[in-house]
Amino acid sequence: MKQFLITAITSIVLFSSCKKDDTPEYNSNIKAPLSIEFDNVAGSSDLELDGGYKTANGDSIYITKLKYYVSNFKLTRTDGTVYTVPQEDSYFLVDESDEATHEAELEIPEGEYKTLSFTLGVDSLRSTMDISQRTGVLDPAGAGADMYWTWNSGYIFFKLEGTSPQSMMGDVMYHIGGFGGYSSSTINNIKTITLDLSTRGVPKVKSGKQTNVHLFVDALKMFTGATNVSIAANPMVMFDPFSISIANNYVSMFKHDHTEN
Amino acid sequence: MNRKHIFVILFLLAGAIACKKEMIESFEGFKNPAGFPEPVYHFATNPVTKDGFELGRKLFYDTRLSVNNTISCGNCHIQTSGFTHHGHNVSHGIFDRLGTRNSPAIMNLAWSTHFMWDGGIFDLDLQPIAPITNHVEMGETVVNVVNKLKEDAEYPSLFEKAFGSREISNTNFLKAMSQFMVMCVSNNAKYDSVTRNQAVFTEDEQNGYTLFKQKCNSCHTEPLFTDQSFRNNGLPVTTRNDMGRFAVTLQEQDKLKFKVPSLRNLSFTPPYMHDGRFLTIDAVLEHYNAAVQITPTLDPQLQQPGHTGIAMSAEEKRLINTFLKTLDDRVFITDRRFSEQ
Repeated sequence: MKQFLITAITSIVLFSSCKKDDTPEYNSNIKAPLSIEFDNVAGSSDLELDGGYKTANGDSIYITKLKYYVSNFKLTRTDGTVYTVPQEDSYFLVDESDEATHEAELEIPEGEYKTLSFTLGVDSLRSTMDISQRTGVLDPAGAGADMYWTWNSGYIFFKLEGTSPQSMMGDVMYHIGGFGGYSSSTINNIKTITLDLSTRGVPKVKSGKQTNVHLFVDALKMFTGATNVSIAANPMVMFDPFSISIANNYVSMFKHDHTEN
Repeated sequence: MNRKHIFVILFLLAGAIACKKEMIESFEGFKNPAGFPEPVYHFATNPVTKDGFELGRKLFYDTRLSVNNTISCGNCHIQTSGFTHHGHNVSHGIFDRLGTRNSPAIMNLAWSTHFMWDGGIFDLDLQPIAPITNHVEMGETVVNVVNKLKEDAEYPSLFEKAFGSREISNTNFLKAMSQFMVMCVSNNAKYDSVTRNQAVFTEDEQNGYTLFKQKCNSCHTEPLFTDQSFRNNGLPVTTRNDMGRFAVTLQEQDKLKFKVPSLRNLSFTPPYMHDGRFLTIDAVLEHYNAAVQITPTLDPQLQQPGHTGIAMSAEEKRLINTFLKTLDDRVFITDRRFSEQ
């Protein structure tokens, strides 16, 4: 009996080591760190708060604030299978003024990934969850307070503020949100961003090392695309149908620049 | 003999203590009154406890919820005024800043599907954030409020009793507020006694009730006296041009719509309408009788063939007004459980 056991154990060890040899690099049962870096830029310049930039329309803007939610990360392996980051670990608030927020730190199974997808904003389900399920950056009474409409329960997904000589009152404010409405349907500016990682460097995620997907996020893209946004005509856009045009523009602000493996 | 005396005294004392204990433990949490619909508040994620309710009440009356520690929720939601801001068309906040709408009643909120006149808030737990952070109301942040509470000698242990942790979280702060608010149930007006066969209407009240059911009940539906819907009741648009629910949904059909308010406790809650424009119930009834304005979103119920609004003779208005007084709930506005302790 004892001998049989030893034989069994030996063969298990042997077989598992055999298996290990087949896929030497990655163990999909082990999770390893992957950071997604949101490097905010303005056109071809690095974005600096209080810096002056020109929009596609030729307007001048001095950006004083840039914040946005990214959430619900999904990664597609080179073999086509998809890993979805558990939702509760999947909400990040990128704030240009706080360097610590520029990277979304994920833990994903070891492997090579060819596509990254995430939500710009907060999904409708989480937007309507019990307050106890909305902590950290999602706390509308705390860290998320600046990104929340108290009078019309819902997150502001994207916030860009500044000043511009083209604005009659001097200030510019773009507060873009709208999860589709709780009981009556209204604007839905939840956007899914999908980025191909294969051309600029596939992340090779493995435990014991830090892999970083470096994205450039061009804030000025909100002013251009299907609708060219004139600051003189629309210096302040909040919960307003025009926000749909801005959201449709800013989906194209994310670009995969490179991967640090 | 002496010993017997002592025994009797001890026995009585024990009885008295037991009585007292029973009184303390008589808190029954939220009870749905007979004849009321099922509440919509999510008690599953926030069961009402005695400690939670009492903590919520203390917070409701705490001026530290405002930026300069001057006003509490109870300032604009006064119990004796049916938890509204009596005598103010729009409410005054910190530094006497004025809002744009009449403060709504903290009453029967467990049945409310939406909050505020435009229904912009869909969960009672989220409601307190709005007045606390609004710069014309309390002008504070919840984070600052919680920090003030953390420094208090009593609050950490009160939160521990209510939620099992001395750490005061934003979530537990908001849940305590909800526990107090859902308990503010008004169901002890004469009308309620009549439905419970404990009282009878006078002839005028009965006639008023009959008229009410013909002319008002379709929107101000018994027993809450609101159907929780949003409607345009034909008020002339003022220079403020408040579009009501439209601001929340951006749907054309929601322009000028406001939440149908309950008609309970009207005697204690003037002025009336979302902007407090009418000082008396007579003025409200006269609006429906003769002043309803036709706009594209006017409620169809107010556009009857051959008549705009609700036709009422002077006598009918008097009878309806008489009936409405049976919705005044003096037990509610004097209930010590809801008062500042």
